[in-house]
Amino acid sequence: MKKIIKILSLLLCVHSLNGQNIGEIHGDFNLNMQSYLEDASINAVAADEVIRNNSYLNILFTRNNFTAGVRYESYLNALLDYDDDFKGNGIPYRFATYSTSGLEITAGNFYEQFGSGLIFRSYEEKGLGIDNAMDGIRLKYKIGNGINLKTFIGKSRTYFTYADGIFRGIDGEIDLNQTFNLESKTKYIFGGSFVSRYQQRSNPLFELPQNVGLYAGRLNLINGGWNYFGEYAYKINDPLNSIQQENVNYASGSAFTSSLTYSRKGFGITAEIHRADNMLLLSDRDRIGKSYILNYIPTLSKPHAYSLLALYPCATQAMGELGVQLDVFYKIKKGTILGGRYGTKLNFNISRINGLKGGNSMLNDQINFTPELISFSEELYYSDINLEINKKLNKRVKYNLVFANQTYNKDFLEGKTPGEYGVINSTIGVLDISYKIKKGHSIRMELQSLMAKQLETASKKEEGDWLMGLAEYTISPNWFFAVQDMYNYGNEDASKKLHYINLNIGFIKGANRFEIGYGKKREGIFCVGGVCKLVPSSNGLNFNITSSF
Amino acid sequence: MKKILITVLALIINISLIYSQERNLPNIEVKTLDGNSFNIQELENDNNPIVISFWATWCKPCKKELNNIAEVYEEWQEETGVKIIAISIDDTRSMSKVAPYVNSSDWEYDVYLDSNSDLKRAMGVSTVPHTFLLNGKGNIVWDHRGYIDGDEDELYEKIEELGK
Repeated sequence: MKKIIKILSLLLCVHSLNGQNIGEIHGDFNLNMQSYLEDASINAVAADEVIRNNSYLNILFTRNNFTAGVRYESYLNALLDYDDDFKGNGIPYRFATYSTSGLEITAGNFYEQFGSGLIFRSYEEKGLGIDNAMDGIRLKYKIGNGINLKTFIGKSRTYFTYADGIFRGIDGEIDLNQTFNLESKTKYIFGGSFVSRYQQRSNPLFELPQNVGLYAGRLNLINGGWNYFGEYAYKINDPLNSIQQENVNYASGSAFTSSLTYSRKGFGITAEIHRADNMLLLSDRDRIGKSYILNYIPTLSKPHAYSLLALYPCATQAMGELGVQLDVFYKIKKGTILGGRYGTKLNFNISRINGLKGGNSMLNDQINFTPELISFSEELYYSDINLEINKKLNKRVKYNLVFANQTYNKDFLEGKTPGEYGVINSTIGVLDISYKIKKGHSIRMELQSLMAKQLETASKKEEGDWLMGLAEYTISPNWFFAVQDMYNYGNEDASKKLHYINLNIGFIKGANRFEIGYGKKREGIFCVGGVCKLVPSSNGLNFNITSSF
Repeated sequence: MKKILITVLALIINISLIYSQERNLPNIEVKTLDGNSFNIQELENDNNPIVISFWATWCKPCKKELNNIAEVYEEWQEETGVKIIAISIDDTRSMSKVAPYVNSSDWEYDVYLDSNSDLKRAMGVSTVPHTFLLNGKGNIVWDHRGYIDGDEDELYEKIEELGK
């Protein structure tokens, strides 16, 4: 009898535990291994370690309104396209957060962005090797009736440590229609933010402000298919720490971004303009480099996924640029001559980014200069005009055609001496065609051509023309096999007329993905969202696993 | 001895109960295309399955997946009552292109913006596309990484299994 009672009570105990919701544990894992062989033809160097490795494991625990998480990171040693400071193992990311009655409290690491990021963005992009997560306290409060507040204090991560500056920020947003129960068809959302960095004064010659403030205001108007977004940002003077007067700039900075969108069934258009002047925010005034940038001026060009379209990518110039962009999306109806049986999709995109006339704002004992608000300089940084046609021919065949003409100011964007490479103009064509062989089996081919010319006489020759071909065989839902070749046939230096061949095999099952590849990679600039890194040339095997549970 | 056995047994039951708990959606807010906040836990579809697909305007396989499903979506809905949710992870660089792309493509999906990747991180999505299938109770029962032509057939089989 006693035993029965015991069992019953234990079962009851179990039952009540279950009823309480014990919580959930989830996570994801990512492993990237690469071997580096010497290849003199492409200047690839062998790694002393032979194999290098970047791996991550995220674990999240959730119970009702409570979440805690950690990320274990392992760089043994970091892949060659990562900064050397990523070294060793550790748990650089851990946080706990809970919310109650509209208030959310986070302690530890967090990622945050105010508005479009002009004055503050803390984010991670593994592809670039950037993780500037904040470490500190963040509060979010939904006051109700369409009013939201966010505020934080913290330091920004760089590699396995934290940058010197202490950041404080507050952001508020109000949805007028909700707050005042407006019957209006137009939605009005206003927002404002303020961020300040504290860093101790340390310059022997110049007085540097210890506290640097930035503020921004934004508005969003939405009516049916129309959407307007605009944001203006201002930065109080923030001179770099230097003992050379020409480098110490006491001018304030500013930026704005503005976009107008209209769309309806089968048609969409987006027009954008933005300007940045002396608007670089660093997490440490004394450091330079992408890992220390803590704001974001969104790039005004189309992010391209095809390799030759992204050979000469656009990088945002927070110190000074003026850009415009237009995108038109149109679907030609099915049943028409051009539309065929399934319709044809078109995307036309044009963007142009120039410097500011006269350069960026400067203020010190020698110079006092402010550029005009709208003044394109003669110096073009980047332009891209492209048309993409997407079409399904029949149940088996689909294709994508892209034509583009890009202009890339290599000297300026890559920090070369003026006249070294000059400006490069390239004309690019891409054909991407898929053919369904039978249920689950498909083949996809890419053919790309890039023809480049240097627009000015320059002291060095650029790489010239390229051809690229790719063949991919996929067996849904588990397998893919791909082979690709990039051929620099137009290089004037005969020893650099090289083939860059890559082979990849992947296996996917549910949330697990394994990929093994072998090939040569060309040295180049790789960008995500206008933030770029230099990828060194390499020759070797790579192995990747991604998995989640 | 018996005491120990009973305790061990109870522990095993206990643990199995913990682990039999299904995976739920996190408490995260995303934005609708017309500027409203939306908590992803409020997703519902009259006890029918829901598919959540993470995508971006710059991601070719993502667009291929959602365009291929768009062709058969009506049929899927009639047969299984499934609803498809497309979560765009476009950041402020390409966010303004989401509505023009979606409308010009004739997608009938509910589209949300996760421009600061909060939901993406909370759901362990490291690359797009990543597709989740939820049963009628809102539990995540299956997920899949990446897209290759024909993957929508496997997804549809999984949706159909839920109806049985």
